[in-house]
Amino acid sequence: MTSHLRIACSRQNLQQVRDFVRGFLMAGHRSEVIVNQVVLAVDEVVANFIIHANGEDASQFLDLMLALTEHRLDIEIEDQGHTIFIPSSVAPNPDMREYIRQGRKGGMGMALVSRIMDQVEFFERNAHTVCHLSKKLG
Amino acid sequence: MKVTTHTSTDTLTLVLDGELDASSAVVLDAELNKPEILNYRKVLVDCQRLSYISSAGLGVFISHLQRLQDSDVKLVFFNMQEKVFNVFEILGLDSLMHIVPTEQEAQAA
Repeated sequence: MTSHLRIACSRQNLQQVRDFVRGFLMAGHRSEVIVNQVVLAVDEVVANFIIHANGEDASQFLDLMLALTEHRLDIEIEDQGHTIFIPSSVAPNPDMREYIRQGRKGGMGMALVSRIMDQVEFFERNAHTVCHLSKKLG
Repeated sequence: MKVTTHTSTDTLTLVLDGELDASSAVVLDAELNKPEILNYRKVLVDCQRLSYISSAGLGVFISHLQRLQDSDVKLVFFNMQEKVFNVFEILGLDSLMHIVPTEQEAQAA
């Protein structure tokens, strides 16, 4: 089973992305916690692409592809802009006590993604940045 | 995302309704940024209708927590849905933030 969504690079479209991923996964009678985790991982990567790679330029767009086999979910998020965006650290391990002490607002998104998904990979394809996420599902 | 506030003598309660993400976090940030929040002894956050939180939403609470603690204002979450609590757990924030099951326990905190 596969499904595709294209969105403009506006943070207003994050709700549409989450609804798309939820709708895709809820059909399989999975736990709400697991579905929410995958929704969160996609939301974080898409928000990074929208805000940091595209500067919230709504004339740019992203393509999301979800593919589900019996036990594995693969997600591809392709930034159709031409700025190559590879997060500096895909699997950071933030010190949350220090974040609280400093009053930091950001820097946790990719930590969540790397802890939720089994595989997180950013790469360049045809001058576009692609993020591939995968996770085994029971 | 809708934020409703209730006040009593020494307690401000924030009732969150909806999804807290990179788009809606600014609404909550504005509430927590009000100077008068430091006049309360406790800020209670009712999460019963909070159906989603992303890192941007967590970041709002993290960015204000030290300021509240420095002013002896307790920040207490209650009525949190399991899927939302799980997001706090993934980053270990469940042990760094005060999260209780019920409003009664939050009032007593």
